[in-house]
Amino acid sequence: MGNHSDGSPNHSGTVATAGQNEVEKFQDPGIPPHRLRLADTDPKAAKRAERQVALLFGISVVGTLIFLVAYFAIDLGDDSSIATIRLQNALLGVGTAFAMLGIGTGIVHWAKALMPDHEVSEERHAIRHEEDRQAAVRIVDDIVEETGIKRRPLIRNTLLGAVALAPLPAVAIFGDLGPRPDDKLAHTMWAPQDGKLKRLARDPDGTPIKASDVTIGSAFHVIPEGLNELHEGKLNEKAKAVVLLMRLDPASLNPSPGREEWGYNGIVAYSKICTHVGCPVALYEQQTHHLLCPCHQSTFDLTQECKVIFGPASRPLPQLPIAVDDEGYLVATSDFHEPVGPSYWERDSHERSINS
Amino acid sequence: MSAASTAEPAFVAKTKTGRFTDFVDSRVGGSGILREFGRKVFPDHWSFMFGEVALYSFVILLLSGTFLTFFFDPSMAETHYDGSYVPLKGVEMSVAYNSSLNISFDVRGGLFMRQVHHWAALLFVASIAVHMLRVFFTGAFRRPREMNWVVGSVLLILAMAAGFTGYSLPDDLLSGNGLRIIDGVIKSIPVIGTYISFFLFGGEFPGTAIISRLYMLHILLVPALILLMIVLHLFMVVVHKHTQYPGPGRNDNNVVGYPLGPVYAAKAGGFFFIVFGVLALMAAFFTINPIWNYGPYDPSPVSAGTQPDWYIGFVDGALRLMPGTFGDWHVEQVWFGHVFTFNVLLPALVPAGILFTVMFAYPWIERWITKDDREHHVLDRPRNAPTRTGIGVAGFIWYCVMWAAAGSDLIATHFHVSLNDVTYWLRALFFVGPIIGFIVAKRVALALQRKDREIALHGRETGRIVRLPHGEFIEVHAPLDEYKRYKLVGFESPQVLPAVPNEHGVVTRKEKRRAALSKWFFEDRVAPATPAELEAAHGHGHAAVEAPEESKSLSH
Repeated sequence: MGNHSDGSPNHSGTVATAGQNEVEKFQDPGIPPHRLRLADTDPKAAKRAERQVALLFGISVVGTLIFLVAYFAIDLGDDSSIATIRLQNALLGVGTAFAMLGIGTGIVHWAKALMPDHEVSEERHAIRHEEDRQAAVRIVDDIVEETGIKRRPLIRNTLLGAVALAPLPAVAIFGDLGPRPDDKLAHTMWAPQDGKLKRLARDPDGTPIKASDVTIGSAFHVIPEGLNELHEGKLNEKAKAVVLLMRLDPASLNPSPGREEWGYNGIVAYSKICTHVGCPVALYEQQTHHLLCPCHQSTFDLTQECKVIFGPASRPLPQLPIAVDDEGYLVATSDFHEPVGPSYWERDSHERSINS
Repeated sequence: MSAASTAEPAFVAKTKTGRFTDFVDSRVGGSGILREFGRKVFPDHWSFMFGEVALYSFVILLLSGTFLTFFFDPSMAETHYDGSYVPLKGVEMSVAYNSSLNISFDVRGGLFMRQVHHWAALLFVASIAVHMLRVFFTGAFRRPREMNWVVGSVLLILAMAAGFTGYSLPDDLLSGNGLRIIDGVIKSIPVIGTYISFFLFGGEFPGTAIISRLYMLHILLVPALILLMIVLHLFMVVVHKHTQYPGPGRNDNNVVGYPLGPVYAAKAGGFFFIVFGVLALMAAFFTINPIWNYGPYDPSPVSAGTQPDWYIGFVDGALRLMPGTFGDWHVEQVWFGHVFTFNVLLPALVPAGILFTVMFAYPWIERWITKDDREHHVLDRPRNAPTRTGIGVAGFIWYCVMWAAAGSDLIATHFHVSLNDVTYWLRALFFVGPIIGFIVAKRVALALQRKDREIALHGRETGRIVRLPHGEFIEVHAPLDEYKRYKLVGFESPQVLPAVPNEHGVVTRKEKRRAALSKWFFEDRVAPATPAELEAAHGHGHAAVEAPEESKSLSH
């Protein structure tokens, strides 16, 4: 970009404003002469175009008929197959398309081939006239003067105050859109109820899982026992409580101090709700021991307590402490020790109060 | 029209239609309106169609959407499916999903209407976006149309809002996951995020309120706002009259084109049916959003390769590109006992914020840099405003990188490359892509301008090779007629506007900054060819092609 020569005839570097280059410009030759179309000169061509337009309108009629036939002749019945619906959908679509395209292309063809195609020029007018502006200013001045708002600041100020406050009820009235969050996000169904530890159950049928069912390399989608029996808020609870259960070679797990007892025989359970924005971390790569979130590709390493090794998540997946009960079923020894799912403003204080 | 005038006898129509028309006209004053608009001139160009496509898609959305509301039930109450789609028989699901399935399988034409509606929604946003690109690259946002550019930008946002609220209604697995992501993004907002989430969902996610709330927004509030904005938009189009491309006979004081009646009305009216027909064909043959494949929303499963509708993609892509950790340093930070979820907050708000802020403000930015406050009714060909074209391409590429990132997993599986590598490359392109795009687009625009100059001065290549008496071969160039030439030379090429002192004789720092930007805007410029140069080119006789002086002045 070193040399900025631009081929301009008066390249002097003096002050230049847009449109300053008025010196010897090409003159506008005006609108090019109109060229006649075939249909303008040859009556046969015009007649042909007329027939084409009529044919297109005719096609539209055919399209409408196709639609009506498809609508009434194809019976969806009670157990309509996908194939029937697909056929009807295609015919309804084709019918509508013919009906619409026939009219549309017909009109456009009519306009292009038969209607006059002389380009015409129209003057633009000023968007605002100075005379109008002055009149408007006078009117506004008169109105303001007649209200006397300038002379009576008491009226003006109290009105401003009232108008500023009046919308507040309109905001306040939305207060019941939802309940206060309190610490609802900090607890899940895994908390033991009446001293009874919750069993880990299969998603979606809800049958409890025995430790002996979990072979090395296998993975289970898990819900808390009793979730399916809930009548209200089932999805709300499920959205926090879903867990992935996997069994690895115990030697490959590296539990940090205090978490040695959170697994059983290499079986570990982690929250399935991504710490990024809450998608289910549904993909388990058995070979690499990685968990992958299909929404935004956050990747968690099971052998490092689900630390984030790639992607937009910032925190590891929370681990659910598990053990085995008398009958050999897997149970959660407590709730998660931190809130699950995406981060939120109060999350850290919730985590501290859980662990205190 | 005035029946009270005593001089003329009152008009009495002869036919029945005439009497009816007269009845209405004499009560609403239609004649005046027709007189004003019946022959109003509209310029014609294929690129003016995109706005029309948007308008027509919206009409089709209203028509098909109204049909759907007759059958859709936005309740999140639980029910068991008993429709005719066998694989889902007996499955527990929400009433909303149940009714969406019934629209697809048990209402005749319901699937067709759903598909028309969804395709029209995608086309609606797409045509608005392309229309805005047209307006940007041709400089149609300049005075007096800055405010209409703002109204159009608001329409883009409203169109996206309409699309998103609609996308979430069927309550299938895909739309539920979309809401889950929105919930996660909302919760990342400092101080009030948790409360907004609880207020929006009526409690914890997913709750039982969100679908009916979104439904109200989708069928009432957002369409009403869109309608209002469209009215404003078209009102201003009428006030300003349409812009026109530069060419012989066209200037800022006139408007050249076809009269509204009959030609323009026929073309535009016919085009509505064409848009409808094309959407009907798409709905007939291309399945969109097959909700029956996904099943009801459940927070546990998710299918790989989940995609939002295309217009939300750039936000989703930005979410994917942002790293959550740098080594052992977490992007999410806890300060003073509160969580700052920067790994979500930054990608969700910053790129979209920058894009929309620059978009809204651009007419004023350019006006400030160029000090050009004149009315413009003749458009710029994009090549004749190289820096603006470069800026537009840079923004477009930035958007496209984020958009592509929303499909990073599909890119990886489709081209058999590592997902991580795709992300790394896109992260680099996020920063480098717009810069490359700016430079390349600006250079291409300048090159095209030089090409125009070349053609204007030396004519077009004929492909005819002639041997001169002294043995040299030249290609004969045919001169342009004056109309074609005017199209190539009839533009402004503003020069750099140096800083000027204000009334106190001081060159302010702001003015210096403006001057620097003006230099950046205009220092690379190609001046339009002048008659003198054409004269000179012809002065060289038939050897015009070799003209060493010209090639010197064009060297860059």
